Amino acid sequence: MILNKLSRGFLAVAIGLIAMMSTFAARAEYTLNMTQGVTPISHDLYGLHMLVFWICVVIGLLVFGVMAYSIMHHRKSKGAQAANFHESTTVEIVWTVVPLLILIGIAIPATGTLLDLEDAKTNADITVQVTGIQWKWKYTFVDEDVSFVSSLAQSSRDVVKDPTSNEHYLLEVDNELVLPVGKKIRFLFHSNDVIHSWWVPALAVKQDSIPGFINDSWAIIEKPGIYRGQCAELCGKDHGFMPIVVNAVSEDEYKEWLAGMKAEAAAAASAANEEWSMQDLVARGETVYQANCAACHGPTGAGIPGAFPAMTGSAVVNGDAAGHIDIVVNGKAGTAMAAYKNQLNDVDIAAVITYERNSLGNSVGDTVQPSAIKNAR
Amino acid sequence: MYNETTHDGQAHDEHDDHGPAKGLMRWVTTTNHKDIGTLYLWLAFIMLLYGGSMAMVIRLELFQPGLQWVEPHFFNQMTTMHGLVMVFGAIMPAFVGLANWLIPIMIGAPDMALPRMNNWSFWILPFAFTMLASTTLMEGGAPAFGWTFYAPLSTTFAPDSTDFFIFAVHLMGISSVMGAINVIATILNMRAPGMTLMKMPLFVWTWLITAYLLIAVMPVLAGAVTMMLTDRHFGTSFFDASGGGDPVLFQHVFWFFGHPEVYIMILPAFGIISAIIPTFARKPLFGYSSMVYASASIAILSFMVWAHHMFTVGMPVAGELYFMYATILISVPTGVKVFNWVTTMWKGSMTFETPMLWALGFIVMFTIGGLSGLMLGVAPVDTQYHDTYFVVAHFHYVLVTGALYSIIAAFYYWVPKWTGHMYDETLGKIHFWWSTIAVNVLFFPQHFIGLAGMPRRIPDYALQFAEFNMISSIGGFAFGLAQVFFLYIIIKTIKGGKKATDRVWEGATGLEFEELPSPPPYHSFTVAPQVK
Repeated sequence: MILNKLSRGFLAVAIGLIAMMSTFAARAEYTLNMTQGVTPISHDLYGLHMLVFWICVVIGLLVFGVMAYSIMHHRKSKGAQAANFHESTTVEIVWTVVPLLILIGIAIPATGTLLDLEDAKTNADITVQVTGIQWKWKYTFVDEDVSFVSSLAQSSRDVVKDPTSNEHYLLEVDNELVLPVGKKIRFLFHSNDVIHSWWVPALAVKQDSIPGFINDSWAIIEKPGIYRGQCAELCGKDHGFMPIVVNAVSEDEYKEWLAGMKAEAAAAASAANEEWSMQDLVARGETVYQANCAACHGPTGAGIPGAFPAMTGSAVVNGDAAGHIDIVVNGKAGTAMAAYKNQLNDVDIAAVITYERNSLGNSVGDTVQPSAIKNAR
Repeated sequence: MYNETTHDGQAHDEHDDHGPAKGLMRWVTTTNHKDIGTLYLWLAFIMLLYGGSMAMVIRLELFQPGLQWVEPHFFNQMTTMHGLVMVFGAIMPAFVGLANWLIPIMIGAPDMALPRMNNWSFWILPFAFTMLASTTLMEGGAPAFGWTFYAPLSTTFAPDSTDFFIFAVHLMGISSVMGAINVIATILNMRAPGMTLMKMPLFVWTWLITAYLLIAVMPVLAGAVTMMLTDRHFGTSFFDASGGGDPVLFQHVFWFFGHPEVYIMILPAFGIISAIIPTFARKPLFGYSSMVYASASIAILSFMVWAHHMFTVGMPVAGELYFMYATILISVPTGVKVFNWVTTMWKGSMTFETPMLWALGFIVMFTIGGLSGLMLGVAPVDTQYHDTYFVVAHFHYVLVTGALYSIIAAFYYWVPKWTGHMYDETLGKIHFWWSTIAVNVLFFPQHFIGLAGMPRRIPDYALQFAEFNMISSIGGFAFGLAQVFFLYIIIKTIKGGKKATDRVWEGATGLEFEELPSPPPYHSFTVAPQVK
């Protein structure tokens, strides 16, 4: 009997609310909602998201509808007399079993999508190793001998006080990851220090990069374009400042880009054999310092007392060049100081060391040549 | 109305007990469950304002894109301390305070079973939180690795103050376990004759279950922080891959504590709502026994779903499938609870005093948080939700408009009983509507920015998130101010107000309303009442 009355109430409310819902549907797009993305998985995830979302909306509106009806009509001020029913096994069974059936309806498509999502191993065309480093990403094309570090673009660093003029503020990098469309790309994730998480919403890839582990994920990008993302796992001070930019291009452009990267690496290797002037090293070192060192040691070398040591007046910087080279090349175990031999080439390391010794309030007066770095590796 | 025996008993007692001691020492040395309940509630309120002020710093920095107010390192300290203080300082002590005040007078006991331990379990906490708060002033700053303190960010890469954090967590754990032992001992041993388990108010039931959860998981948390400590100082490598350890192990251990912890913070809330809704609907709670079974099912399931916080760490597919199924299964008993409350209201004779408003607000907004929880439980889509503001919105809907709303509802519902004074009804209603509008302006837009791709725990964001963040911040400031207004209401009610009747509410039931005056004597139920 109770069930009858209840279901009549539910029905009346449901019809009214479903009519209301259809007017909202048109607006639930774009910046309010999840991206549909540009990979097969991202489309599946969007579909599953919308399915579960609408199920939740219907359940929510049914529950709130009955509540609203009850609040309107079963109030003392309208002379409502309290009924005394307080138990019904039938009703309890119904509202245990019906939600269970709805859940099974969700679990079936979710299981299929999850199995696809996790299928990174089969038929990959290109493998990219992604290494999380406080606070930048290193990309290595495993079969191509191409490797580079990608960090927040200087044009974003320059405007942190008032970024409104920069359209892609915090979502732009110095070196974009270029990938071909239409190929199955397998990503391998790894970390040098703490846990990071590589997330590009349009590719529907979010995977933690963890020290000591290799995780994987995959994407087939359907459309050329620039796709932006960010680190999603709190990884220390500049967690909010390590963006990801994927530039998806045609296969020919990708090949061209790879050739360019290889030529650049060859040029850098031959530059390492030259003798550099102090002026050139300091000029180059400043750029390298601001991109790699300033986050912890400060743009002026002041550091953060108690957390990160200052460069200005530092015993290492003002001491013997060999000790300075060692700490930059090999890092310092047990601290946040990374081994830069894995991130920077000989010229850049030599430049940044020379810059630190002759700038930021220090004036040791010597130069460190790229050849010294080569020997220290 | 209280019976002859109780009267005689209390008159007799006055010979050897003269009520509370005078002055400050009353509060330091007290073993009285009402005093200790009051102390817990005040501590929780102070921590709410402290944790809330850190939320204000967070919302201020996020008011517009760019870095205007604080440095990223300090911002991370704020998010970390805000989470720790709210979870361990505000919500948990508030529920323990309510348990202290209410469980003895609900089951007809003279006091908690272990009154001296009760004193100790409270007085540990001010020291623990002073120590935790002091880290903000230390060189290198407070812990800045999030309230979930994932290794290795919290071990190898953490500031020195982390050791103070570890010791503070140990103290909080000891306090919680002692509180839980006390609750279990009280409920199992001190019920009045006739108060069978299945006659207990649901608040007592949910707290009994919560106490078992606390005893089961607080030692796990203590283990996690102890492993951190030995990793930091004694050369072990539990969480350090380069020494053969496993950073993901930390997350498994943490969430094995952390997920039951979520239910520790919501089960007592279910008990409170199950007391308030029937009173103002003037109709008995629908499905009492199914509510008990649903609470127990939720508690048991809560141990088996922890890794749904970790869908992106690279678990085997079979593990992800299992944790997805188990997680969405929890929505069944939770749904049963919501349906029971709604059916309790159905065909009632409702009035809408302040406690009822907060309880109704709880049901609506907790359901919203529960439904977004169902969405998060679907493992493949969690790829897009995980660690975004969608998650932030979800857990603030269940913890602020869920747990905190139930605590405020409980305050308005029982404060006339505790103090003998009615609160100011108009102010209470203003407090409710002000808070409810503000909290939705604060948290609802966070669903949108999360879906649009804004990660959590970032001090600065891309321009496309600017509008919703500004709206959210405005809601945040308004909600914060509303709780300062609440402080005024609390003080006003304690100082005076209309005399409350013994029954307080027309539809109120239970020993505390039917057998005790308002306010109850310092020592109540020195002779046990008979429950029919």
